[in-house]
Amino acid sequence: MAGIKVFGHPASTATRRVLIALHEKDLDFELVHVELKDGEHKKEPFLSRNPFGKVPAFEDGDFKLFESRAITQYIAHEYADKGNQLLSPGSKSMAILAMGMEIEAHEFDSVASKLGWEQIFKNFFGLTTDQTVVKEEEVKLGKVLDNYEARLGESKYMASDHFTLVDLHHIPVIQYLLGTPTKKLFEERPHVSAWVADITSRPSSQKILV
Amino acid sequence: MAMKVYGNGMSVCVARVLLCLHEKETEFELVPVDLFACHHKLPSFLSMNPFGQVPVLQDDDLTLFESRAITAYIAEKHKDKGTDLTRHADAKEAAIVKLWSEVESHHFNPAISAVIHQLIVVPLQGKTPDAAIVEENLEKLGKVLDVYEEKLGKTKYLAGDSYTLADLHHVPYTYYFMKTCHAGLVNDRPKVKAWWEDLCSRPAFLKVSPGLTVAPATN
Repeated sequence: MAGIKVFGHPASTATRRVLIALHEKDLDFELVHVELKDGEHKKEPFLSRNPFGKVPAFEDGDFKLFESRAITQYIAHEYADKGNQLLSPGSKSMAILAMGMEIEAHEFDSVASKLGWEQIFKNFFGLTTDQTVVKEEEVKLGKVLDNYEARLGESKYMASDHFTLVDLHHIPVIQYLLGTPTKKLFEERPHVSAWVADITSRPSSQKILV
Repeated sequence: MAMKVYGNGMSVCVARVLLCLHEKETEFELVPVDLFACHHKLPSFLSMNPFGQVPVLQDDDLTLFESRAITAYIAEKHKDKGTDLTRHADAKEAAIVKLWSEVESHHFNPAISAVIHQLIVVPLQGKTPDAAIVEENLEKLGKVLDVYEEKLGKTKYLAGDSYTLADLHHVPYTYYFMKTCHAGLVNDRPKVKAWWEDLCSRPAFLKVSPGLTVAPATN
């Protein structure tokens, strides 16, 4: 049997999003390494898996996908009976979940990824952090986290009283930001701080760290 | 009680929701929000969407924001009527619809929204469009449309052979884009052009497009 394969890089936040979901579901899989520094993701055969040239790509038998948040949703639905529950049954609860996933994708990730890029990934490539960009993006992130602080005052996790895909999608970028001065933005908001400590200490979150 | 949508028909994100409601033949009430008077920043609105953006949906005791979460909810709630927008009956087909919805969200939307922001919103603020930003994002958009051209050579719509949310989410920004002088990006790609013309022929589109009234600058 062909099984589950993830084509990606262990340091990539989008790849980690998928790996965390697979661990949450106790699923066996193979991580096929895509060498980003050699541009492997911009060439064939990878482009046949994802014409946008980004990791990860995914296979479950002969079913193929890309886009990390589509993959995590497929895993959560297809393997709903395995491992931890990552969804919220009921149409209104699922709507709240969908809303939380959109907020992560459009409000949080766009800002948080820029901060990760400036302070961590640029260094991998020998480039210098632009502190003006860091300051601007931290102001934006602060406003998003103010909204999160209010929400997490009402429920333990972002979309529910149990851990779901909404919380999971945040983990990889937050893990990187905790290694930068930006971590103060999480620490100075008590509900956000407790949530961050909780989601980053899950066994699945720890397994994907290299 | 009918669903309420807070926002205006000329807003791209509101139009996304209206298209979905019409595809699902669902009754709703549109409650205008005066953006120029900054009513979306008042506490009464922020209590519905703390990010201060339209649209917001109210359905009985449920309040939702983020247009693509709203369309997903409407499509699921009314999955047994109107157009099948999510292919809910098959998990793998549903995942493919989600995949191309993510593509719209993360690849198409950032590029096209940056162009429309420069050509429509910036002049409304009394400023001059930044030609460098327009050019950079037209290039990115072109690359995305190259991928679409290839995909639409294999399937009639982005996620397969039937119209889904993956196609619908593209419509409002593309409508405005086609009124600019850069419409060639679509018209020069025959499969993308045919796909766009098909999307514009749908009855739901014909009901929503009269509300998309903001005119872009001509360059």
